Amino acid sequence: MRQRRPSWQTVITTSTALVLAAATLTACGGAAPASKPSVNAAASFEGKGPINYVSSRDASGAAQKSIDEWNATHPDELVTFIELPDSADQQRQQLIQNAQIKSDTFGVLNLDVVWTSEFAANKWILPLPGDKLSVDKMIPATVGAATYRDTLYGAPYYTDGALFYYRTDLLAAAGVAAPPKTWDEMKSACKAVLALPEAAGMSCYAGQFDKNEGLTVNFTEAVASAGGTVVDAEGKPTVDTAEAKAGLSTLVDGFKDGLFPSDAITYQEEQGRRAFQDGKVVFLRNWPFLYSSLSATDGSSQVAGKFNVASIPGTSGQGVSTLGGRSLAVSPFTANKATALEFITFFTSQEQALKRLALSSRAPVYAALYEDPAVVAKRPFFPALLQSVNNAQPRPKVVQYGATTKAIQEEAYAALTGKKDTDTALADMQAKLTELAAK
Amino acid sequence: MAALLLSPTLLVLALVIVYPLISAVHQSLYRTESGLDANGFVAEGESFVGLANYVDLFVGDSGERFLNAFSNTTFFTVTTVLLETVLGLALALAMNRAFRGRAFLRASILVPWAVPTAVSGLLWRWIFQSDGIANTLIGSEILWTAEGVASKVAVIVAEVWKTAPFIGLLVLAGMQVIPEEVYEAARIDGAGWWRQLAYITLPLVKPTLLVAVLFRMLDALRMFDLPFVLIGPGKESVETLSMLAWDESNQLRYGSASAFAVVLFLYVAAVAIVFVKVLGADVTGAKHLRLARKANRIQKAEATR
Repeated sequence: MRQRRPSWQTVITTSTALVLAAATLTACGGAAPASKPSVNAAASFEGKGPINYVSSRDASGAAQKSIDEWNATHPDELVTFIELPDSADQQRQQLIQNAQIKSDTFGVLNLDVVWTSEFAANKWILPLPGDKLSVDKMIPATVGAATYRDTLYGAPYYTDGALFYYRTDLLAAAGVAAPPKTWDEMKSACKAVLALPEAAGMSCYAGQFDKNEGLTVNFTEAVASAGGTVVDAEGKPTVDTAEAKAGLSTLVDGFKDGLFPSDAITYQEEQGRRAFQDGKVVFLRNWPFLYSSLSATDGSSQVAGKFNVASIPGTSGQGVSTLGGRSLAVSPFTANKATALEFITFFTSQEQALKRLALSSRAPVYAALYEDPAVVAKRPFFPALLQSVNNAQPRPKVVQYGATTKAIQEEAYAALTGKKDTDTALADMQAKLTELAAK
Repeated sequence: MAALLLSPTLLVLALVIVYPLISAVHQSLYRTESGLDANGFVAEGESFVGLANYVDLFVGDSGERFLNAFSNTTFFTVTTVLLETVLGLALALAMNRAFRGRAFLRASILVPWAVPTAVSGLLWRWIFQSDGIANTLIGSEILWTAEGVASKVAVIVAEVWKTAPFIGLLVLAGMQVIPEEVYEAARIDGAGWWRQLAYITLPLVKPTLLVAVLFRMLDALRMFDLPFVLIGPGKESVETLSMLAWDESNQLRYGSASAFAVVLFLYVAAVAIVFVKVLGADVTGAKHLRLARKANRIQKAEATR
């Protein structure tokens, strides 16, 4: 008996260690649900009743107001707002997990424009009848972003495009009359501005160059502004072209020639905002959401009243912005598809979009709303944004978007940091994207 | 009877540990069909691929990524645990002395440990950003959050800051049970501070220290949130095995994600077993019990004599 005891204790000791180790496995291997669902894409939308609307947070409360209005007139088809985490990755993961177990919890999904292809190709969302939604009144690029292989899968909800922030005070002091429209004009404008004594220590331009979704956006814009594409309409990668090289080279040279601040390689949206706000750069590419914090007159912004916005510069003429924003889609697993379709028709209508503008600064998908004087008075950047969005291109529309954006970031980052030359980086990117497209 | 009483525990353990483990191993043998049909829809289903997911860990691009993550994980574990142990011991020695405000010091040392890792990641991100405090203090412009050696240093600093208190407090608990008489005897024999440390404190605190170090190593091997928040996902310089597994599952490649997780599990298990066997870390207190029983028996034997 005494002989056995030590061996038992060893077993307990060892197994405790194993249990501790196993806890690590459950921590990281937990997200492995079973096989993919098979979906019969229902051509007709049937069934009425309560549904859930799953979405990212809406701090403005504008979406909830639209939902309240719907609920007041549809007591038997109540819509409940389900909030997802702030991180887009986590939102996507939850939406996918629900689709994979065919859960009927999520009826109407709020999708980022870059997820459209993945969700449509996996049959996690239903094709929508374009004639029921007022797509003809919407900005074409936003409808294009919600389309997969010529079929509409999402009802455009709000959109987003790049803005080119510039310092009016410095440009005026340097005698530059209009904001630069091309990259070369920007360089010469910078030369004049940076010669000013009040611009000592400033850099010319900043975008988002940290290894992050922002880099994919900036790379795609640089390539598109040089007349190229990242993938063509069939989803085939096209970064081995002269245009793509010209695009990437503008960014690589920007770092080499000191056009960008040297720490811009760590910039995401927020760092760029601070650099512009603290007077470190003359020009900034960023999203419209900065506008209000930059114009804050409480002393937090050094540039309030001293800046304006335009569309981003290109190689020869206006640059091409990438498209952000969200669209609403219907899950094939909800029982109440008729309600879901009616709800998104109501929610994305021009009337509701106008009402939401009172609370929310999210850019509507209806071009007409950008010309409304009352709206423009409140949001002075709208005309520039409309110009940007009108000329915008979606980011690569591919099913494997996650892996695609990762490959783009990997190679573009290697080129910007000088780890690879432009040609090698683009050749490697082309190879990776080709492999992904073939899968 | 014992088995019956233990069965609820065993059942829960089976549910939360054995099942995910088996399911992960099972999943790692399959691969999701990829490829689109003529209409652009994803082909459905999964196929059994045997050990292909594991073979892929060592060849080609994914092999490079895996080996990089593997060496990062090992590097971070060795460096951080080493630094934490030294720092933790120093903290414990400082806290073990009687002085005014000792309780306050002990409480405040716990603060880094109490801060959620993701929050401390954000905190250190502000410190390490290009115009942050770290660069202002050093008076240079080091890009801590870009790829490179600096990002590794940033992760190590933040990790050590956060977890040294853990070792410190565990070791302190071990120190407090050392009887004061031992030190008195040593002092009478003329032993100085260093000798007391080397011949009394360290040997007597060793069992606690080993357990603390083991816990930290197992924790460090699955490091995820700190490099993820501080430096960002997808940066080779700081990518760990857990981050790689997360990324794979995020790309819906559950098969290879599970393979990564299983390999990480085996690695952690191997480290744990080596630690327990070779260094004799007494995780469950079994050795302690054995010694106590032995002492008991000797006492009894002496009493009956």
